[in-house]
Amino acid sequence: MPAFSCAFPGCRRDLLVIVLVVFVGIGLPIEASAPAYQSHGTEGSYLTNVTNTKKAFPVLAVNYKHVRQPFEIALWILLALLMKLGFHLIPRLSGVVPESCLLIVVGLLVGGLIKVIGEEPPVLDSQLFFLCLLPPIILDAGYFLPIRPFTENVGTILVFAVIGTLWNTFFMGGLLYALCQIESVGLGGVDLLACLLFGSIVSAVDPVAVLAVFEEIHINELVHILVFGESLLNDAVTVVLYNLFEEFAKVGTVTVLDVFLGVVCFFVVSLGGVLVGAIYGFLAAFTSRFTSHTRVIEPLFVFLYSYMAYLSSEMFHLSGIMALIVCGVVMRPYVEANISHKSYTTIKYFLKMWSSVSETLIFIFLGVSTVAGPHAWNWTFVITTVILCLVSRVLGVIGLTFIINKFRIVKLTKKDQFIVAYGGLRGAIAFSLGYLLSNRHQMRNLFLTAIITVIFFTVFVQGMTIRPLVELLAVKKKKESKPSINEEIHTEFLNHLLTGVEGVCGHYGHYHWKEKLNRFNKTYVKRWLIAGENFKEPELIAFYRKMELKQAIMMVESGQLPSALPSTISMQNIQPRAIPRVSKKREEEIRRILRSNLQNNKQKMRSRSYSRHTLFDADEEDNVSEVRLRKTKMEMERRVSVMERRMSHYLTVPANRESPRPGVRRVRFESDNQVFSADSVPTVHFEQPSPPSTPDAVSLEEEVPKRPSLEADIEGPRGNASDNHQGELDYQRLARCLSDPGPNKDKEEDDPFMSC
Amino acid sequence: MGASQSARTEHEFQDLADRTGFSLEQIGNLNKRFRQLSKNEQTLSRQDLASISALDNNPLRAQIINAFFDKRNLRQNEVGTVQVIGFEEFLMVMSHFRPAAMHITEEEREKLRREKLRFVFNMHDTDSDGTITLEEYRRAVEELLSKAGTIGQETAKAIADAAMLEVASTTRGKMEPDEFYEGITFENFLQILKTLDIETRMHVRFLNMDTATMRCGK
Repeated sequence: MPAFSCAFPGCRRDLLVIVLVVFVGIGLPIEASAPAYQSHGTEGSYLTNVTNTKKAFPVLAVNYKHVRQPFEIALWILLALLMKLGFHLIPRLSGVVPESCLLIVVGLLVGGLIKVIGEEPPVLDSQLFFLCLLPPIILDAGYFLPIRPFTENVGTILVFAVIGTLWNTFFMGGLLYALCQIESVGLGGVDLLACLLFGSIVSAVDPVAVLAVFEEIHINELVHILVFGESLLNDAVTVVLYNLFEEFAKVGTVTVLDVFLGVVCFFVVSLGGVLVGAIYGFLAAFTSRFTSHTRVIEPLFVFLYSYMAYLSSEMFHLSGIMALIVCGVVMRPYVEANISHKSYTTIKYFLKMWSSVSETLIFIFLGVSTVAGPHAWNWTFVITTVILCLVSRVLGVIGLTFIINKFRIVKLTKKDQFIVAYGGLRGAIAFSLGYLLSNRHQMRNLFLTAIITVIFFTVFVQGMTIRPLVELLAVKKKKESKPSINEEIHTEFLNHLLTGVEGVCGHYGHYHWKEKLNRFNKTYVKRWLIAGENFKEPELIAFYRKMELKQAIMMVESGQLPSALPSTISMQNIQPRAIPRVSKKREEEIRRILRSNLQNNKQKMRSRSYSRHTLFDADEEDNVSEVRLRKTKMEMERRVSVMERRMSHYLTVPANRESPRPGVRRVRFESDNQVFSADSVPTVHFEQPSPPSTPDAVSLEEEVPKRPSLEADIEGPRGNASDNHQGELDYQRLARCLSDPGPNKDKEEDDPFMSC
Repeated sequence: MGASQSARTEHEFQDLADRTGFSLEQIGNLNKRFRQLSKNEQTLSRQDLASISALDNNPLRAQIINAFFDKRNLRQNEVGTVQVIGFEEFLMVMSHFRPAAMHITEEEREKLRREKLRFVFNMHDTDSDGTITLEEYRRAVEELLSKAGTIGQETAKAIADAAMLEVASTTRGKMEPDEFYEGITFENFLQILKTLDIETRMHVRFLNMDTATMRCGK
């Protein structure tokens, strides 16, 4: 690569685009010409066998067919990702056009290229789509589904999903049939059932497209969860209707019994999917309870159980999407309480990664399939379909909202309705279902063309214009708020308050049942599914620990003691102060010592060993060298913990009182385990016999020797205690002076601050 | 109970409806419930409320009961507690849990928010001095976590401290190490809970629905 200086700003970017295009240009002919090579290869070897001449030993040989399939797959994925990369380098474009549109265009280009070369472009194989490309996206959506807004709006979502989709199907199917009856259109051969089948395919809102577009517009939570929830839950309806109409179309006639069975089928499909998902979810949660010794494979359990749930329900023709969602939702709280922090991060990133790749591939393949697929264009039919889609969606949303608003506390405004209606995008699921239509239907090509047109229209027109429309209508955007402990406290507080008031009113309402469910969850379910003693931990405490952990990690990484900033508010400001402060000079000295320790430790911390099989599990390390390393770590940790305890002024999680067995210690940095089970959270006991005289004194005793939320458990040997004792006593004195009143003094001092 | 009695109560109800904003139907139901709780007497005492078994598992039981007898919630601008309450006071307290009407103006919404948050504030501010001190907040969080066992008790203090710190940081920004933050005033309270949407969340749904669903609670 010749080195050259960029004379103007855009040249680097343009170079990259050129590279991408060249890559694409090279990559495709390789694939396209592969079949040609394959046949040539076999012929050649046959000839060689027959003549039996001795050839020279091939030093370098090309055997493409050996790696053909994985090579092609990898190449496609690589191309897709490079395209995605390319877009984000062009900020102007990615700001205006949603990514999904760009990817479809790329797909069109690629498909066109392949066709020009003379090869047959690959079509989005329905099996590939449903079994490989769709599950990661749905699992990602389900696992990270925001539960609170979802459950608060579940009634509305279900109404939109079920009744909305039914309305769309019948409205569109019926009107299209009426259209086909008109002689001038020339589609007399289409019967009602075929139209209804078509209606059922094209009326369902697609989760992939919705995700792709809504992700970029940051709409407020309510509208987002409504559209998104609807797109997920309408899968059951779509599956039932599709299968139903397929069957009916085969038979040709419909009886009342069939309709009744159809309704029953709907319940079976949806509830069955939910049940399958729940079973696998609980299995996954139960398995995660035992993974404390094999942390590395924890994420795999999550993925595999979910995938199994999907496949199992697809096997029974139940709703796979619902199974996947329910599995993710059910298993998440328990799994997250059991797995290590690293596994949690792994799961998050793998899910995001896979769903991102899937989404990209889906859109590209949509574009390619458009070029490839057999088309039968009929202006009237297609245009009518597109218009009817819009009209039926708008009518459906308005009508249903009118009814729903009578039951809702937070009513849906006109703006919300508009976005919900406008955000009903169709996508690849519709295409795949259309593709699955057997060739029996003489209208298959027509339907396929119409479906593709609808998809293009919704993704391009609606997808591109929704962002400016949101701005124009000044729809409420998502609130970017940091998690606040006050809010969390008061959310919990409100829950209990409202449950209580409901009790006073004698009404078994919303909160009462929620409370009952929580209690059931806590007493029975959590006991089985969460490892160790963590199941007793209330949500508020878990939230608090998480927040603390994040802040502590942030603090250590930034290498700064919070007290370095003299004017931020610290415990001193809110604690009533009645004790003499230690001299400023001494305080500065101590701070300096602690800070320098922190710098040293940070460097040492980075050079620890890392093995693929044992993530910092000291128990499993047998090597002598490891032991030595551990000893130096101990020394370091001792110093770090002194520093940490200083930080523990601000954020402290009191360690569990019971001292664990001294043998079991884990060397943990950056806290593998975000939840501290009773086993592994020791307190360091100082030999301080001062008896607790008041409740506050007791808490002081805990507070100072408390193990901070961040890392290191200190190895037991009491010998260690003596040399750091002095430092720690000093520290303790400082701590006492600056925070809580000491155990001897609080009797008098506390009274003014304790209200009667 | 003659016709005159029921006519009188009708008139009273109408009067109450105007003052508290409930509908006549809702008042009728609440009256039934009141009579059930008070065993057909004219006033309700703490014991009557304490005997509701639905409140047994509620960590906030004591505070909820106290809230009914707290004069500050009776819109009388007084402080202190009363021993018994009549039906009118019962309604006054309940009116804090009415949901917001659909079309209300911004200022009405703000007023509703203040009213509801004032109720919660009063529950925390047990000594009625207008601020929630650290001690009061600690006690509130402890009560909240009181059903959580020993872990709850120990962490409660830390959580309350962290929460207080957060309030101080948000409302006062920077403070010198010598300054002391006395406690959360009502304005601070409003500020930190501004994202909580309390006007929509703090409601008891039954007040909106048909009374046929109201069961005879214990």
